[in-house]
Amino acid sequence: MDNLLSIVTFIPAVAAAILAIFLRGEDEAAQKNAKWVAMIATSLTFVVSLFILFDFDSANTGFQFVEQREWLLGLQYKMGVDGISVLFVMLTTFMMPLTIAASWNVTSRVKEYMIAFLLLETLMLGVFMALDLVLFYLFFEAGLIPMFLIIGIWGGKARIYASFKFFLYTFLGSVLMLVAMVAMFSDAGTTDVVALLKHEFASDSFSILGIHIVGGMQTLMFLAFFASFAVKMPMWPVHTWLPDAHVQAPTAGSVVLAAILLKMGGYGFLRFSLPMFPIGAEVLTPLVLWMSAIAIVYTSLVALAQEDMKKLIAYSSVAHMGYVTMGIFAANQQGIDGAIFQMISHGFISGALFLCVGVIYDRMHTRDIDAYGGLVNRMPAYALIFMFFTMANVGLPGTSGFVGEFLTLVGIFQVNTWVAAVATTGVILSAAYALWLYRRVVMGDLIKESLKTITDMSKRERAIFAPLVVMTLLLGVYPRLVTDITGPSVEALISNYETAQAVASSATQVAETSH
Amino acid sequence: MQADLTVILPEIVISVYALAALLLVAYTGKDKMAGMLVWLTAGLFLLMALWIGATGNGTHTAFGGMFNDDGFARFAKVTILLSAAAVLVLGREYMQRRDILRFEYPILIALSAVGMMVMVSAGDLMALYMGLELQSLALYVVASLRRDSAKSTEAGLKYFVLGALSSGLLLYGASLTYGYAGTTLFSGIIAAAEGQAPIGLLIGLVLVISGLAFKISAVPFHMWTPDVYEGSPTPITAFFATAPKMAAMALFARVVHDAFGGVVGDWQQVLAALSLLSMFLGAVAAIGQTDIKRLMAYSSIAHMGYALMGLASGTVFGVQAMLIYMAIYVTMNIGTFAFILSMERDGQPVTDIRSLNMYAKAQPGRALAMLILLFSLAGVPPLLGFFGKLYVLRAAYEGGLAWLAVAGVVASVIGAFYYLRIVFYMYFGEEGEALETGRSPVQWAFLMASAAIMLVGIINMFGVEAIAQAAAATLVN
Repeated sequence: MDNLLSIVTFIPAVAAAILAIFLRGEDEAAQKNAKWVAMIATSLTFVVSLFILFDFDSANTGFQFVEQREWLLGLQYKMGVDGISVLFVMLTTFMMPLTIAASWNVTSRVKEYMIAFLLLETLMLGVFMALDLVLFYLFFEAGLIPMFLIIGIWGGKARIYASFKFFLYTFLGSVLMLVAMVAMFSDAGTTDVVALLKHEFASDSFSILGIHIVGGMQTLMFLAFFASFAVKMPMWPVHTWLPDAHVQAPTAGSVVLAAILLKMGGYGFLRFSLPMFPIGAEVLTPLVLWMSAIAIVYTSLVALAQEDMKKLIAYSSVAHMGYVTMGIFAANQQGIDGAIFQMISHGFISGALFLCVGVIYDRMHTRDIDAYGGLVNRMPAYALIFMFFTMANVGLPGTSGFVGEFLTLVGIFQVNTWVAAVATTGVILSAAYALWLYRRVVMGDLIKESLKTITDMSKRERAIFAPLVVMTLLLGVYPRLVTDITGPSVEALISNYETAQAVASSATQVAETSH
Repeated sequence: MQADLTVILPEIVISVYALAALLLVAYTGKDKMAGMLVWLTAGLFLLMALWIGATGNGTHTAFGGMFNDDGFARFAKVTILLSAAAVLVLGREYMQRRDILRFEYPILIALSAVGMMVMVSAGDLMALYMGLELQSLALYVVASLRRDSAKSTEAGLKYFVLGALSSGLLLYGASLTYGYAGTTLFSGIIAAAEGQAPIGLLIGLVLVISGLAFKISAVPFHMWTPDVYEGSPTPITAFFATAPKMAAMALFARVVHDAFGGVVGDWQQVLAALSLLSMFLGAVAAIGQTDIKRLMAYSSIAHMGYALMGLASGTVFGVQAMLIYMAIYVTMNIGTFAFILSMERDGQPVTDIRSLNMYAKAQPGRALAMLILLFSLAGVPPLLGFFGKLYVLRAAYEGGLAWLAVAGVVASVIGAFYYLRIVFYMYFGEEGEALETGRSPVQWAFLMASAAIMLVGIINMFGVEAIAQAAAATLVN
C-alpha cells in the first residue's frame, strides 16, 4: 500500500466525522454508540499501524513508506517514518484504545468527547509522520485545539485557568518556531524535511544590538525551536503549565498528555534541533544539560511536597523528561537510544500511573493523598498494579523504567560527569516520592470511614492495565525490541551531527590559522 | 473615448442601475420595495463579479492613465463585489424585522461599491480621491441609517467628522505630491520619486499614507473603528468590516507600488510601524471588550496590521500575501458576522459575549462552526487563517523585516486570548438564559459555508493562490 501512513493517520479523523454527522441525541444508546465507534476506530488504527511495524526495515536509516503530494505555497504533503519516529507512531496507536476504554464512564457530552479524542489521535500521528516543516507545525499546533477543549469542558474545578494556560503557553512557544520555519523556508527554498536535513544553515557568528551571537543563524533558529519543544517537553523552568493541565484534565486527557503529547518535544529535538542546527546545538548543549539536571532534582523535590496525586505524578513526569533531554543532548548512541527508550517507557508507565489515579478518583472523586490510606485491605489487585507501576517509575531493574534511565545516565557520563552526578541523585529522589506516595495511599490500616466500601478494580479496568503491564515488563527484560529499531537511525543521526560539527570546527581553525 | 468607456463598463452599469433604481422606487413603492431591491443589487453584484472575473484579461488603461483595469484591480473588485453581495443578503431579514430596511440602503451600498471599484483601479490622485469620497460618503449615511437611535447617529457623525479629517490629510498630501511631482498621474509620480525623492514628496507620501491608514483603521488612525462598529446596525458593521477594508487595502497597495514604487525604503518603515502598532493594539485592547461588535472592531484592527505586514515587505510576494490575507479575512468575517447577526433574545439583537454562555449545548452545529471561525481568526492551524498569517510572515521575513514577523506572532498569541474567551463562553461557561439564533436560514448557510471554507480551503485554497500571484505581478514591476 502506497499510502499506509495516511490511512493510519486519518482513520480516527474519518471516525470523528462520522460521529459528528450521523450520531444524534444524548441518550444512553447514542452515548454507547459514540464509545463503540471510537473504540473500533482506535483499535482499527492500531491494527493497521501494525503493518507499518512489520514492514519496517530497521537496517534502512532513511525514511520509509514515504508519500508526497504538492500543496500550497510550495509546501508539500509529505509523510514518512524512520527508526526514530516509527515507535512513537506505535506508542500513539497503542495507547489510544486504552484511553478510550478508560473513558467508558464519561457521561456528559460523550459524542463531543470522543470526537475530540479521535481528532487528537489523527493530529498526534501526523506530528510523528510529517516530513514537511509546515505540515509538522500544522499537526503540532492543531493538537492544541482538541486538548484545550478536553481540559476546558471535561476538566476539574479550575479547568478554565488550566486550559487557557495550557493553550497560551504552548502557543507562544510554538509561534517562535513558526518564524524560524519561515526563515528556514526562505533560506533553503524548501520545507521538505529530508532536504533540510542535508541543508547547511549559516553558522557565522554575528552581533545583533551589540549582543554577540556565537553560531549565528543556527543558534537563533535552535533557540526558536527550543522555545517550542522545551515548553512542550516540558523542561524546567517552563514546565508550570503541565501540573495545572494534568490536575484539571480528565483521566484520559492526562494519559494522552503524559504518554504522547509530551513526547512531541523530545521527538522535535531529535528530528529538527539536533540534525538541522548542529552548530547551534553545540553552542547551547551545556545550557540544555544543566537545565535537565536542575529539572530532575528540582521537580523531584517538588514532587515530594505534593498533596495531590496527579500533581505528584505530573512533577515526576517533568523529572523523567529531564532524563530524556539529557540523553538527547549527550548526543551519543547510549544517550539518544536511552532517551527514545525512556520516552516510550514513560509513555506506558506514566499513562498507567494516571490511570491508577483515575481508578480511585472514579470511586472517591478526590485526588488528595490524605483522603486515602490502607487501600490494600479492600483493593488487593489495585495495590499490586499500583505497586508494579510505582516500581517501574522508580526504575527498578526488570522494568522498562530502568533501561531508559540507565542508558541516558551512561550516555551523559561520557560527556559531562558533573551533570551525570547531579542527575543520578534524581534516581534516589524518585524512589523517595514514589514509594512515599504508595505508602500513604495504599499501605497502612484502612481507617477512613469513606473508604470502607470501596471496591476493587472491575474487569474493564484490569483489561486496560494488562497490556501496559506486559509492555513494561517486556521492554524491561528485552530492551532490544526498541533499540534494534532505533539503533541504525540514531547511529546515522549521530554521525551526521558529528561530521557537521567537525567540518565547522576545522573551518574555524583554518580561518584562525590564516589570520 | 469609446475604448475608455468599455474599460469602465462595470462601473457604469452599477452607477446607472443605482440611479435608475433610485428614480424608480422614489416614484413608486419606496421602502416597500427595499427587500426586492436588496436581492436585485446583490444579484447585480454577483453578476458583475462573475463578468469581471470571467472575461477580464490583460491590462487596460483609460482616460490617459487615470483608470487601470488590470489583474490586481480585478482580484480586488471580485472580492469586493462578492463580499458586498453576501453582506447585503445576510442583513436583509435582520433589517426588515427591525424596520430599518430603507430603500436607500441597497442603493447607497451600490454607489459605495462603485466608489470602491474606482479606488482599486485608480491610476491618478484625482481618481483615487473621487473613488474614496464616493465610497465614504455613502458609508457615512448608512452608518446612521437608524435615525432614531442615538448610537447609530453618533456612529455616523463620528465616522463623518474623522473621515473628513483624514480626507483633508490625504488631500493635503496629494497637493504636496502634485506640487513636487508636477503631475497627479501615478506614472508621473513614480518617475519623479525614483531613487532619491525630494523631501516635499516624502511629506506628501506620509500624509497620503495617513489618510489611507484611516480608511483601513490602522493604529494610530483607528479611534473611530470601535464606536462606529458598535453604533451602526449590525448588517452595516458587517459591511464595514469586509468590502471597504479590501478596497482601502488594495488602494494602499496601488499607491505605494504604482506611485511610490521607486522609494520602497521610505514607506517601508512607515508601514512596518503602522503594522506593528495595529497588531499589538488590536490584540491588547480587545481583551477587555464584552461587546462582540467592539471586539470584532479591534480584531479587524489587528488583522489590518497583519495585512500591512505583507505590504510592508515591499515585494511582489508581499502584495500576493496581502491579497490572500485579505481574501481569507473577508471570508472569515462574513461567517462571523452571519453569526453575530443571528444572536438575539426576544427579538432584540444581543451583542454581549457573555450571553453566549453554554451556547454549544443548545446549538452544537453553529457553535462548532463559530469555533472553527474563531480559531481561524486567531491563526491557529490547521485552519485557513493560519495560512494567511504564514504568507505574510514569509513576505515580511523575505522583505528583511524579521523583527516584524517575530512581533507579529507574539501579538497573535495575545490576540488568541480573546478569541478563546468566546470559545470559553460557548463551551465551558455556565448555563444562562438561552440565546435565540435559529431565525434565518440564510445566516445559517453563510456561517456554515464560511466555516467549511476555513477547513476545506487548506487543501488547495480553491486556486486563489495562483490568481493572487498573477494579480500581484501586474501591480509590481
